[in-house]
Amino acid sequence: MTDAEDAEAADVARAADVPQDTDVAQAADVAQAVADAHRSDWAYVLAATVRVAQDLDLAEECVQEAYAAALSTWARDGIPGKPAAWLTTTAKRRAMDAIRRERTLRSKLPLLVEPEGDAEQEYQREEREDDEDPEATVPDERLRLIFTCCHPALAQEAQLALTLRLVCGLSTPDTARMLLVSESTMAARITRAKKKISGARIPFRVPREAELPDRLNAVLGVVNLLFTAGHTAPSGPDLMRTELTDRALHLARTLRDLMPDEPEVRGLLALLLVTDARRATRTDADGRLLRLEEQDRSLWDREALAEAHELIVAGLRGGRAGRYLLQAAIAALYAQAPTYEDTDWDQLVVLYDRLLIVWPSPTVALNRTVPLSMAHGPEVALDAVAELEKDQRLSRYPYLPAIKADLLRRLGRDAEATTAYRQALELTENEAERAFLAGRAGETAPPVR
Amino acid sequence: MAQYAIFLFDTETAGDPTPEEMQAHQRHADELVESGAMVAAFALDSTATATTLRGDVVSDGPFIDAKEVVAGFYVVEAPDLDAALELAGRNPIVQSGHGGVEVRPVVGSIAPSTR
Repeated sequence: MTDAEDAEAADVARAADVPQDTDVAQAADVAQAVADAHRSDWAYVLAATVRVAQDLDLAEECVQEAYAAALSTWARDGIPGKPAAWLTTTAKRRAMDAIRRERTLRSKLPLLVEPEGDAEQEYQREEREDDEDPEATVPDERLRLIFTCCHPALAQEAQLALTLRLVCGLSTPDTARMLLVSESTMAARITRAKKKISGARIPFRVPREAELPDRLNAVLGVVNLLFTAGHTAPSGPDLMRTELTDRALHLARTLRDLMPDEPEVRGLLALLLVTDARRATRTDADGRLLRLEEQDRSLWDREALAEAHELIVAGLRGGRAGRYLLQAAIAALYAQAPTYEDTDWDQLVVLYDRLLIVWPSPTVALNRTVPLSMAHGPEVALDAVAELEKDQRLSRYPYLPAIKADLLRRLGRDAEATTAYRQALELTENEAERAFLAGRAGETAPPVR
Repeated sequence: MAQYAIFLFDTETAGDPTPEEMQAHQRHADELVESGAMVAAFALDSTATATTLRGDVVSDGPFIDAKEVVAGFYVVEAPDLDAALELAGRNPIVQSGHGGVEVRPVVGSIAPSTR
């Protein structure tokens, strides 16, 4: 390390309140601390650095370097009391150095649009703030980053990729693996999206009040989609990919911390918590899909359900409930019942009716037929399903024939049930779900002689 | 400030605009000029009057045969995409039920000759 770098490290250490007199930290502890800081602080550090770098690629590069530098510096000087502050200061300094070095070069490139001043001003202002009050936290820029990644001018597949890459800090190979595309496809997708952000000047900021509801919906949609993609993997051998659901839950919690007053943010977190609480019981030891009535309720995560319950009660008290809050309330009502048979089916039908008003989706209408069949009998539900079969949007939706098959089976109409199970099989790619449907089709089909 | 081109797309069968529609477009254009956002605007004749060249072949009609065609375009000044989308969203065609607009950043322009 050069003298200049040494001096910089000492500077940074002071800024981040490093305990100077501690013994040199153990390598394993340092590696763990860096990994923890990567998981919990990446978005925070990157978003703050983007404000100075005004360029996503440069910011990413500087943040990666800061994490790499942390490994050696923390091993020598000890783990700072505020790792995120140390990383942010280091990354911003590197960004500023790069900008000063390449000012003439950069002036030709389109920069991220920032309403306030240029990089130098931004950096000086933040440095002053840091000096004035060493306890002051860096202003939280994560929301800007999240809203930029989920801008509606980006295709949804790009929104998902950018959120995993920039907000969660995943590498391109990991992002590719999680979203089930090849690494080269993912690399191209991320490059294209970043190019659109700078070329079309998608601003790095939180949307104005008037745009906020729509834009927040896009953000919540991305987090929900990431969770869903992990919860029922669209293809492949396993029903779930928990690394993706964990990331989505972490994102939902971050959003709740950053926007605690938004009812739909609380609603989404509650929905993901309730759904995830049943994680352990969705399949048996062999990976076979278990229906809700077969699941061992004693294994559900009571702590997560309690947290969700609190969010839902607070949300429902706060006036007109939105889509995610109502979905959460429905999922929680299913989970609260001591047994499947004791579920409050009438109340579920009421909640589904409210959900259909704020979210008139054919899949919601289809899901409503399940409690409807329990409250008013399979015959009534079958009529509702028949009505939905006319909807073109559900023509390739595997759960329609699956629900229909179950209703027919309960009515003892085995031959029709078998046909419907086979239709569902043709539309399903998840192997755990396929195995379940094939089993059911075998039960209702006449025995082969 | 950056510049954005806004292309108006309309269904070929939409026919001539009604006097009310013309007035709405005129009002919108006046607003853009008054606010200083408008750089230039051009309304185009129908695709029935278009002529296409590919290599040495001259043919009747638009370059791309599509249900929706470019009816005009204009260029506005805006600080970022959100601001440009806000301006574009005020174009009457967006809420007309037929057609819409495409917003593209301008990366360069050549001033008209002053001679």
